[in-house]
Amino acid sequence: MKRTAIVPALYIVFLMLPIYWLVSMSFKTTNEILGGFSLYPRDFTLENYIVIFTDPVWYTGYLNSMAYVSLNTVLSVACALPAAYAFSRYRFIGDKHLFFWLLTNRMAPPAVFALPFFQLYSAVGLFDTHIAVALSHTLFNIPLAVWILEGFMSGVPKELDETAYVDGHSFWSFFLKIFIPTIAAGIGVACFFCFMFSWVELLLAKTLTAVEAKPIAATMTRTASTSGYELGLLAAAGTLTIVPGAFVIYFVRNYIAKGFALGRV
Amino acid sequence: MTLELRQIEKTLGTDVHIHPTDLVLEAGGFNILLGTTLSGKTTLMQLMAGLDRPTGGTLHFNGKDVTGMRVQNRNVSMVYQQFINYPNFTVYENIASPLRVARMPDAEIKKRVGAMADLMRLSPMLDRKPAELSGGQQQRTALARALVKDSELVLLDEPLANLDFKLREELREELPKLFADRNCIVVYATTEPIEALLLGGSTATLHEGRVTQFGPTGDVYRNPKDVISAQVFSEPPMNTATVRKVGDRVDLGGIAYWPCPAVLSDKPDGDYQIGLRPHHVTPAANTPDGAQDGCVKISGEVLVTELSGSESTVHFKVGPEVWVSLAHGIHSFGVGEVADLQADLSRAFYFGADGALISS
Repeated sequence: MKRTAIVPALYIVFLMLPIYWLVSMSFKTTNEILGGFSLYPRDFTLENYIVIFTDPVWYTGYLNSMAYVSLNTVLSVACALPAAYAFSRYRFIGDKHLFFWLLTNRMAPPAVFALPFFQLYSAVGLFDTHIAVALSHTLFNIPLAVWILEGFMSGVPKELDETAYVDGHSFWSFFLKIFIPTIAAGIGVACFFCFMFSWVELLLAKTLTAVEAKPIAATMTRTASTSGYELGLLAAAGTLTIVPGAFVIYFVRNYIAKGFALGRV
Repeated sequence: MTLELRQIEKTLGTDVHIHPTDLVLEAGGFNILLGTTLSGKTTLMQLMAGLDRPTGGTLHFNGKDVTGMRVQNRNVSMVYQQFINYPNFTVYENIASPLRVARMPDAEIKKRVGAMADLMRLSPMLDRKPAELSGGQQQRTALARALVKDSELVLLDEPLANLDFKLREELREELPKLFADRNCIVVYATTEPIEALLLGGSTATLHEGRVTQFGPTGDVYRNPKDVISAQVFSEPPMNTATVRKVGDRVDLGGIAYWPCPAVLSDKPDGDYQIGLRPHHVTPAANTPDGAQDGCVKISGEVLVTELSGSESTVHFKVGPEVWVSLAHGIHSFGVGEVADLQADLSRAFYFGADGALISS
């Protein structure tokens, strides 16, 4: 091996170690995990995964998470598209301030909002529903999506809009048939970021749910159960929680850097 | 077919983008808007197209008031400096787009797009996306889309500015042919006087949101109405300086004197402006007084000399002004050297204190 490859190799090993540990734990029995130090599963078992896919306590957690995350992603991007278009194409009083104010929503810790949201959603009867979590997550996902989409939209010359109007397209015909396909990559990136933040957010999701819409992360962080520590099971749940993110990121891998720069190059 | 602007104006807050403008554009031949960047060419075109609403004045097409009519309801096409095509459509769909919106039958669309693609030499690329084409082909696609729908007003906003030199010349030659047998009003914006002269037609010179002169291109070039129109329609810009008429002599800031020209003979003594195109200022002739007949010798400190193959451009100081001389052949002057040049007074323009041309 070339000497120059040593540093990156060590770096990757260092990065992957916790993930390897998690995956390796998920194939071990709880006794082996607690019994001593082992680098790889000696009694290789799929029992943990079987429990997760068959026990409703576990798999409904995934279904609940999927439900509110998808709902949130659709809501956020659907609201952010017209907003970002307005910020990118029009000048109006206070536009710059409003645009910045959107981002400040991300600066407050979610804990600040946990109490008012809990009280508000309980009062209107939305407590413990998927829509409650999805709505609460739009608080930080819409601003993010607006910023990302605005960046991508501003990269499209406004002459494209004008050309479409000159050709006879109405606004909606232009927006749906021409503009949205043009910024498809941006929409993909915005969806990914909304997905990611909603998927990993724990505090609001936990506060606003009890039984019906309980997210997987809440189930997973419950370390002890009636049958004692179920570490193998928790590791398997953790592994499965990583998978959707890895799956989604694959589709937008070429645009992620631009997304982190909020669509600005 | 006429497009008439009556007192059209555009202001944004306290910024005046277009001063009240009257202009009548006709079909047949190019109507050229000539002006530097930010002179208001694009704004004027957007007002003509209906993409932007004027803050004052009215717009009439064939006598009918179309001010405020939506651009979708007008029969207009536009081509921009940037190559604007729909990135997710193929070249075929790009060209077909205006026809599809007009709900033309497929067979007719196919016929028209095919013919237009042949004309624009795009036939082999119809299935490609615009991003897979060269700049010239992308702009051809944009032109094809503008021409395929038989619009009555075609606006070309510096369509050749982003093209390579060779492609630009090629497309510039094709353009007049493309429009030759079309019944439409063509408006062409450019920053380059040479392009205006090559395309002919009529020219409107624009300066800071004002149309300073409008007329047949040759006339505007030869008979500028005022010093600004003359400067806009000259590349490099026209050389100007203040001259003083004293009796039967004209004095260029003590640098040169010559007999009073006929146009100034019956004007009172005082300050006037002289305008000389760069190619009428050339290196001094080899005669005793350093100038040919009808010319006057002018000496000045050289700032820059640019040699471009068979032509030399010399920037030199004339009193407080910087003049440019454009001459055939290689004339190399060192920086700081005092160069002897001659100005062809028979080609000189004289402007009054208000900038208006003084003609006989």
